[in-house]
Amino acid sequence: MYWNWKTGGVILGLTFFLAVALVKPIGVSTQFVIADGIVAGAVNPDLVQRDDQAKSGFRSTNAYLNKSGGKYAKSVANPVNYGFIFVIFMAVGGLLGHLMDRNRRPGFPDSPIPDVHVQRFGHSRTLRFALAFFGGVIVLAGARLAGGCSSGHMMSGIMQTSVSGYVFAAAAFLAAIPTAMLIYRR
Amino acid sequence: MQILMAVILGALFGFVLQRIGAADPDKIIDMLRLRDPRLMKTILTGIGVGSILLFIGLALGLVDSGHLSVKTMDWSVVFGGALMGVGWAISGYCPGTGVAATFSKGLDALFFLLGGLTGAGIYTLLYGSLADTFLMNPLFGGKMTLAQTGIYSALLPKIPGWIPAVIIGVLFIVGTILLPKTDSEPVNSRDSHV
Repeated sequence: MYWNWKTGGVILGLTFFLAVALVKPIGVSTQFVIADGIVAGAVNPDLVQRDDQAKSGFRSTNAYLNKSGGKYAKSVANPVNYGFIFVIFMAVGGLLGHLMDRNRRPGFPDSPIPDVHVQRFGHSRTLRFALAFFGGVIVLAGARLAGGCSSGHMMSGIMQTSVSGYVFAAAAFLAAIPTAMLIYRR
Repeated sequence: MQILMAVILGALFGFVLQRIGAADPDKIIDMLRLRDPRLMKTILTGIGVGSILLFIGLALGLVDSGHLSVKTMDWSVVFGGALMGVGWAISGYCPGTGVAATFSKGLDALFFLLGGLTGAGIYTLLYGSLADTFLMNPLFGGKMTLAQTGIYSALLPKIPGWIPAVIIGVLFIVGTILLPKTDSEPVNSRDSHV
């Protein structure tokens, strides 16, 4: 059983406020790039290198990791940094939330695939996992292009009354609602 | 200290996403196909509460305006937002909720996360050829807010920031009334909200 929307909404707002008050606005999607960089850097040690000339102290052969003075290159070189650890521990927090739900469905995970998928496409796990993977590709490509996701642009952005936050939310919902209605019907 | 903060705040955020039902593709897709407005109400309330607290905190000097971080407005926000929206509707996850669902949704979340790493990797490789296109030209002055923050240029520069921010925040919360009542929402047999 999930929290009702009033309780949930207030706690969600408090969480976003707490993060800005203590450190900085919550954001998630950048860390997918950092994770990729860590893996790619292990395969190709030349990807990220120390550079005292760079603003961050690091540079990369990849233009994206190298942007803003090698900001991302630095995070790839030092994975124990605020943003990356934050996202790793989100998974732990999600697990705690799941375990503390006394009315959760038995079994682990609680359901192999979403009910909406079963209702629309039947029990094919292969199709669902393909959709989850393909959806993930588009979600992160889009979020990185936009410079943020539902957390960074939508929640943190609108909370600061940021123009880009309102525009991002409008674009995301205007694309997501018809897509969901088309694929999963009402 | 920063790392300890990351552990606590990250775990808190993942916990909250899970407890509001956002880490559940069924809840996301039911929101997006307009069958269940509860998660939408949670999000609207969350933005409203967060915004009101933030701007009151800034006005009282309790929050350091240096902690703010406003993102640039350009065409990539429009196209990227729409692209993310399509993937969000297909998978039922966004980056944060996918991470929060890692354990509770198992393989389903894992395939999303693997796709996410792939998509982020594709963008990382493409960035070099997109960087100098019209997509990245700032619009509306780039980093712009509606309410005054003290560090970014504001659309309402003459009024103290907390006034419009509190009004907008209240509107977000009051806006939940416009959405269908909870009573008429479909009750999912397995996890009806309280």
